[in-house]
Amino acid sequence: MLEFLRYNNFMKVDEILKHADAQLITTVSDRCRNLDMAFSSDLMSDVLTLDEENILLITGLSNLQLVRTAEMADIQAVLIARGKRATPEMIELANENGIVIMETPYSIYKASGILFAKGLKAVY
Amino acid sequence: MSIELVFHIAGGDFSNAGKASSHIKKVLKQLNIDSKSIKRIVVAVYEAEVNVAAHAFSGQVTAQITEHHIEVVVSDQGPGIENIEQAMQPGYSTASKEVREMGFGAGMGLSNIQKNTDELSIESRVGEGTIVTFRCNYL
Repeated sequence: MLEFLRYNNFMKVDEILKHADAQLITTVSDRCRNLDMAFSSDLMSDVLTLDEENILLITGLSNLQLVRTAEMADIQAVLIARGKRATPEMIELANENGIVIMETPYSIYKASGILFAKGLKAVY
Repeated sequence: MSIELVFHIAGGDFSNAGKASSHIKKVLKQLNIDSKSIKRIVVAVYEAEVNVAAHAFSGQVTAQITEHHIEVVVSDQGPGIENIEQAMQPGYSTASKEVREMGFGAGMGLSNIQKNTDELSIESRVGEGTIVTFRCNYL
């Protein structure tokens, strides 16, 4: 059983909020949603080349294109770092598409490091 | 079955870039197309929309959805592409600083469209515009 658990290092939205001292700012109620992996980038061009689904995107970018990119790339959840805030348009678009947006005061490096150490795998 | 969808894109209008791909995604979902195919298609359309917003004055997306595939034509009125082969190289970019600050313009757009489509053709006339046509077969 322990072996099984060790190879299923997914993380729930709730756990991400706790570990990254983050705020959930979308109304998506599914806080138990599981995320398999994470990717950190400010470059949406790179995010759009990922084949994986069900991932957490950690980014310092906070604009409407971030939410559009998440929508197209099937990214379930976004963690906006460095204390940046999402705009009302971003929140509205994310809610429409069932995308979770969280905000953390931590830098991308710190948020990524903590979540990686807690077992959330890297896309590559 | 054949559904045609047409969208207008204004050059420089990044807040609306993504509306065509978003709409196409919803239609494909309603048609129960598999999620891997949908992702390939909408990523390709979104990249093309961003290209129009980043480089052209105006453009149009036409999507023809059939039972087995989708064919998309993205045409724009704009500066055109001088050297298509060079533009296809990953990392080659002529995007402005503003476009890069928005998270795009890394020179990955056209190569990513190619990666996600089964057939791709690009026609361009310098000073007139560009027509990107691609086809994705569902899995």
